[in-house]
Amino acid sequence: MITLDFVYILAGITFALFALLGLYDRTNRKRFGNAAFWGLLAASMLLGDYLGDFGNGLLVLALVAIAGAGQIGRAPGGEVPPEIQAERAARYGNFLLLVALIIPVVALTGTFLFKWVPNLVEQKQATLISLALGVLIALAVGMARLRPAPILPLQQGRRLLDSVGWAAILPQMLASLGAVFALAGVGEVVGGLIGSAIPAGSLFGAVLAFGLGMALFTMVMGNAFAAFPVMMAAVGLPLLIKHYGGDPAVVAAIGMLAGFCGTLMTPMAANFNLVPAALLELKNPYGVIRAQIGTALPLLAVNILFIWLFAF
Amino acid sequence: MLVLIGILIIIAGFVLRFNPLLVIMASALATGLAAGLDVHAIIAAFGKAFNDTRYVSIIWIVLPVIGLLEAYGLQQHARSLIDRMKGATLGRLLTGYLLLRQAMAAVGLTSVAGHAQTVRPLVAPMAEAAAEAKNGALTEDQREEVKAFAAATDNVGLFFGEDIFLAIGSILLMKGLLDGYGYQIEPLHFSLWAIPTAIAAFLIHGFRLRRLEKRMAQTPIGPEAGA
Repeated sequence: MITLDFVYILAGITFALFALLGLYDRTNRKRFGNAAFWGLLAASMLLGDYLGDFGNGLLVLALVAIAGAGQIGRAPGGEVPPEIQAERAARYGNFLLLVALIIPVVALTGTFLFKWVPNLVEQKQATLISLALGVLIALAVGMARLRPAPILPLQQGRRLLDSVGWAAILPQMLASLGAVFALAGVGEVVGGLIGSAIPAGSLFGAVLAFGLGMALFTMVMGNAFAAFPVMMAAVGLPLLIKHYGGDPAVVAAIGMLAGFCGTLMTPMAANFNLVPAALLELKNPYGVIRAQIGTALPLLAVNILFIWLFAF
Repeated sequence: MLVLIGILIIIAGFVLRFNPLLVIMASALATGLAAGLDVHAIIAAFGKAFNDTRYVSIIWIVLPVIGLLEAYGLQQHARSLIDRMKGATLGRLLTGYLLLRQAMAAVGLTSVAGHAQTVRPLVAPMAEAAAEAKNGALTEDQREEVKAFAAATDNVGLFFGEDIFLAIGSILLMKGLLDGYGYQIEPLHFSLWAIPTAIAAFLIHGFRLRRLEKRMAQTPIGPEAGA
């Protein structure tokens, strides 16, 4: 059966090749740092299950040390000149679009197809595995027609990853921090604080505290999933559901969405907010968050209103 | 109370713009120590979590394909497609993508689109072209804003579509948690109650996209136009 391990091996090989190419890029002053960083990430993907918890922890410390010492950088230039790109675009046009669409289309069909063929692919991971297959197929089709130098996709891919830099592992780091917070019981403490701040006897006050608490705690944790159990235990369950008799389905469903409004406004949700800013080469790392606040705040108000209207 | 020191470190670290990876590690160590864990246990807990969440970082395997296609002019082609479509305005294009992303997420297809797969190679250059088709060359700041809105639209579409799907993680989390408290609720109920917010998100963000389009049309073209 194909499991996520297949994708981890693919990712490990990709990062290892990025590291190797980085090592030989003499135009980059920080080539050793880059090579070590992507090399360690390759080791994590390929060998993570054999390193043990403490071994993985040391690997993370090494990654942090390289990034923290400012040893990751990108070489200037490296992109194909715009005139050549335009000339090729005119020639290959829709074929490029077709190859780009192979990835989502394979991810989509794979997700459904693998449900009909049990035991071939780990069901829960069907989409991620299909996505990886889509990447391989798109690469094969693109190479067959475009016939670039064989190293070109890796060189250009490495250039893109170097421009994202250490932010590439920020989401994974924040997810891991969440695990340590959970172990230390941070959620219970925050929930207790918010719970004690609610004025007694006010239904709307309780709804407001629940909605705002979901958004704020999500902003701190970067993830509504971490905020949800805490806010439910502190406010949602004892007050909204038990005391005021609110509909649990409404409180839970819309409360979670109030948390998602917080996700739109926090740098802690790095994969949604900081990584795209790096990927799109924005000057302001918080540019995406700035564009989202105007949607998130009114939507948060609407969610709080919806809980108040629909749950009681 | 002492365990909250980790949150303070995170906020201070982000505000003072220290390297976020260092800030996260410092926060994890401080939180763990405050909770009475020893350093070895904290490092092991962090390492285990890092290994368990590797799937978060596998999205980067799409970069070689994106790099290949961009070297052959995918972004230029995406722009020229928009130039040829007469009715394609910035507002319509991004609103259309918002609807598509919400609809796909609502049937569980969350990883089909995304910042690396669709926004950078297709949506962002198309949005730039749509804005330029109407107003001529964008200034540096305008270009930045259009690209930021392309990414923002992907996020809004994903977040406020995915909870309509029955088998998404957050629905399972809600069901599991309420089960534990003795409330048996069908996942379908959570899904249905995600619909009003999905509609509100579409209206609010769609309205802001129209305003963005108007704003791009109003601002006079600056000296760095065409950069």
